[in-house]
Amino acid sequence: MIVAERKPFEEIKEMLKGYGKVLNVGCGGCTSICLSGGQKEVDLLNGELRDVFKVNPAPLRIDGFTIERQCNGDFYSDLDEMVPGYDAVLSMACGAGVQFLAERHPERPVFPALNTLFVGADRDIGWYEENCRSCGDCVLGEMGGICPVTRCAKSILNGPCGGTSLDGKCEVSKDTPCAWYEIYDRLKKQGRLDLILKIKPAREWKNQTRKNLIHESFKKRYAK
Amino acid sequence: MTFKERLESGKFVAVVELQPPKGNDLSEIYDWVELLRGRVDTISIPDLQHGIMRLGSLSVCVQLQGRGLESIFNLSCSNRNRLALQSELLNVSALGLSNLLLLESDPPSVGDHFDAKPVNDLDGTGLLEAAQRLQEGFDLAGNELKGKPRFFVGAPVNAMAKGQDLEREIAEMEKKVRLGAQFFVTQSIYEIGPFEQMVKRAAPLHVPIIASVTLLKSVGMARYMNQHVHGAFIPDAIIDRLMKASDKQRASIEIAGDLITALKPLCQGIQIIPIGWERQIPALLDRVGV
Repeated sequence: MIVAERKPFEEIKEMLKGYGKVLNVGCGGCTSICLSGGQKEVDLLNGELRDVFKVNPAPLRIDGFTIERQCNGDFYSDLDEMVPGYDAVLSMACGAGVQFLAERHPERPVFPALNTLFVGADRDIGWYEENCRSCGDCVLGEMGGICPVTRCAKSILNGPCGGTSLDGKCEVSKDTPCAWYEIYDRLKKQGRLDLILKIKPAREWKNQTRKNLIHESFKKRYAK
Repeated sequence: MTFKERLESGKFVAVVELQPPKGNDLSEIYDWVELLRGRVDTISIPDLQHGIMRLGSLSVCVQLQGRGLESIFNLSCSNRNRLALQSELLNVSALGLSNLLLLESDPPSVGDHFDAKPVNDLDGTGLLEAAQRLQEGFDLAGNELKGKPRFFVGAPVNAMAKGQDLEREIAEMEKKVRLGAQFFVTQSIYEIGPFEQMVKRAAPLHVPIIASVTLLKSVGMARYMNQHVHGAFIPDAIIDRLMKASDKQRASIEIAGDLITALKPLCQGIQIIPIGWERQIPALLDRVGV
């Protein structure tokens, strides 16, 4: 899922200076799950903001409202009616949700309360780990299920680079295990070491223009 | 007189843009520059323009210097990170060159290695800032340099901007001048009106502007450029003129000549972009009295 982290309080405070009536919108999706932007976090943040804006510089009216997902128009019917009543909106969704909301209400400033960090998995409660960089050309099948784009500091496809320390750590950070050593170990366990010898060609970086996906079976629906 | 001295003393300059080869064979460029020796003030050498892999600007500039010709080294943000960009600027200086044209990015997707990873570590503004900082004796991380480079810095400007876009462009020019831009080069111009407006608005900046003119080889080329080349706006009147002409090459030179004649009083220099018709440049220069 998408993992995001709440921005430092000072930064959020700066964003809202000058606005008298703000709606803080939470998201019941990914940011709720990673404990950064759900109903609970909205209430907590609103409390902190009310305290700080009591007199300095001016009292702030900040209301909270959480919808199931901010990245899908189906969940916006109530929210759409509420937004015009506020000077600005604070969103606790990931970047996708913030933009979706902003597009639906272009005349209202929409501020992100979170920094969207990565696509990852739950290691444990409150602990999330990056796994995927959405590169658009997944090679996990040949890598024993370990992503070199994400977990190798250089995103190399024919590793290791030669910079690995004696105890198997990446030259970029001694806390980071060398992804390619891990890929090797995994493939060895699976009896597929021949894949290490295969030369993988230079990647096609599909990251220059905004990506879109329309499933084949739905294309007729949107054809002009 | 050097290119810099000419521009700074208010003398009109003539520049030609010559594309490096795809390979290391410079013989054609050497032939072309002999046609241009004594007729133009400097030769601008693009760097991986339009995302097409070619010999780099630096080697061509150095080789031309060895043949007694001044050049403008071009550098863009697409393909090198901030370390490489700063290092390349120092390379330029250590090799005895000083004229720069610092450009925004040409995304790899428009070129022939379209799956290449774009870098864009710095944008055009960042690159100008880097050149400025290096000249002050520091790198972008604040470290003091052993040996300060000296550059004559050029930056691009959109000469076809109208209305609100023009206001934005002037604001961009002001920003670039603050960051050390000492002259501007436009993209290829085909309409005098918007350029005239821009020159008027940019006058308070007191920075020389060099207008570019491309030799249009065919109607097909003009249409292609309108569709695919960012910033190209070739009006129908010119395309019609080219279409009706029986001698396309002559018409092309006449069209370019007319444009240059109209542009001369408005700017401080002309850049000719021949794209394959390098041998026509002396005739063109004769025609416009440059």
